[in-house]
Amino acid sequence: MPNPLSKERKSYLKKQKYNKIFITVAQFLILTILIGLWELFARLNIIDSFLMSSPSQISKTIISLFKSGELGKHIFTTLYETLLGFFIATALGTIIALMLWWSDFLRKVLEPYIVVLNSLPKIALGPIIIVWFGAGTKSIVFMAVLITIIVTIITMLNGFLSTDSGKILLMRSLGASKVQILLKLVLPSSLETFISSLKINVGMAWIGSIMGEYLVSKQGIGYLIVYGGQVFRLDLVMASTVILCALASLMYLGVSLLEKLLIKK
Amino acid sequence: MDDILKFKNVSLIYQTSVGETEALKNLSFTVKKSEFISIIGPSGCGKTTVLSLIAGLIKQSSGEIIYKGKNLSETDKNIGYMLQRDELFPWRNIERNVTLPLEIKKIKDKSARERAISLVEKYGLGEFLKHRPSSLSGGMRQRASLIRTLSFNPDLLLLDEPFSALDSQTRLKVSDDVFKIIRSENKTAILVTHDISEAISMSDRIIVLTKRPAQVFKEHTLLFDASLTPISRRERPEFSKLFDVIWKELCNA
Repeated sequence: MPNPLSKERKSYLKKQKYNKIFITVAQFLILTILIGLWELFARLNIIDSFLMSSPSQISKTIISLFKSGELGKHIFTTLYETLLGFFIATALGTIIALMLWWSDFLRKVLEPYIVVLNSLPKIALGPIIIVWFGAGTKSIVFMAVLITIIVTIITMLNGFLSTDSGKILLMRSLGASKVQILLKLVLPSSLETFISSLKINVGMAWIGSIMGEYLVSKQGIGYLIVYGGQVFRLDLVMASTVILCALASLMYLGVSLLEKLLIKK
Repeated sequence: MDDILKFKNVSLIYQTSVGETEALKNLSFTVKKSEFISIIGPSGCGKTTVLSLIAGLIKQSSGEIIYKGKNLSETDKNIGYMLQRDELFPWRNIERNVTLPLEIKKIKDKSARERAISLVEKYGLGEFLKHRPSSLSGGMRQRASLIRTLSFNPDLLLLDEPFSALDSQTRLKVSDDVFKIIRSENKTAILVTHDISEAISMSDRIIVLTKRPAQVFKEHTLLFDASLTPISRRERPEFSKLFDVIWKELCNA
């Protein structure tokens, strides 16, 4: 019964479509204007291009980094640390959240510890981590895990605990065991929480790895930023930040794709 | 007719950190096979507690519950529990929702599966087998929920205000449907409700409970013609008379 669309419907759909295009155009326009003004002001010497750098300088720096083969090395290092931290923290955090869901006793006992760990600025543990794990990749990954895992535990545990009590009652009335309740009800109903936890974790893992690289590193994007700052090469700092933006967006996009794949309507 | 369920002086005292609450006190009643009984009482009187006891979710403090001639805790409790809301899992389609009890109870029998699916078709949801619950109306969802309850062929059905989440139009229609399905499958059913007309329109017998701690206040055996559906019962003169009687009892209970 495909009815021909009414006039009102058509104009409504048209309006919707234009609205969408308008938003996208506006988004690009803001970026273009900002970059353009930045470049213009730098060339006209209205702003100090030594302190503020400029888009053309930034792109030159990125190209020269790429040509010297340095870029790949730094990107790979940071990406490796971030992804490793992300996966370890997500997996471990989810498992710990599951254990806390399983045992009321454990949850009640550990609650104050989790609260304290959550409010503690993890960077304060930096020196301890370096002493324990050495000035290398291990420390950086550990920092990423530490920052990501607490949030994962809290988010996932809340997700597990908010499972519909009526559905739990239904499962219990059918004589379901705790494992069955977990596998057939709690886990599938927490899928959306898991996805949103992944999205948070992308950001968290990046904070962790960059912060780790600020503390100890010989290579990586975080290292480039710190190094650039120390030798007053602001173009290097800005170029690294741009690369960081691109990498983080790509990883977020990856999670969004996963979401579309897992949650089919 | 033989008794399928018997409550003998059942008492239940809830323990909480604030204190103890006496929910049931010396509650005794019997349910016969293929009978449809309603339990009605003032709100908060412990009606749902009675169903939780039968479903084996909680244990009585004293007294005996006899199910099919044996102590309830010693039987395999082939009892279906239908809740206030449909509680269909949104990530499963209707087929996988109604066969959930078979999965939980590890009934791998192919014929049990086919039986469950034939129920879906018999009661008008066949075309929705592969659909998610979100594409069904409230009334259809509650019907699917009943079919899920029936899927493992329980001997006894517990209905805990299964229509309270529906709007009043749908409610009449669904209670009619549910009544017909339960009759045609020849099941024993215990309905808990606070809705007097619902109780009168559906049951063979109504048990009126007192307020907490709940005891049996009155029992009414209903003598409607067996061919009458719940909706047509509502048009009978006996209906409003009985309504008045039970309404007054509930005020005094």
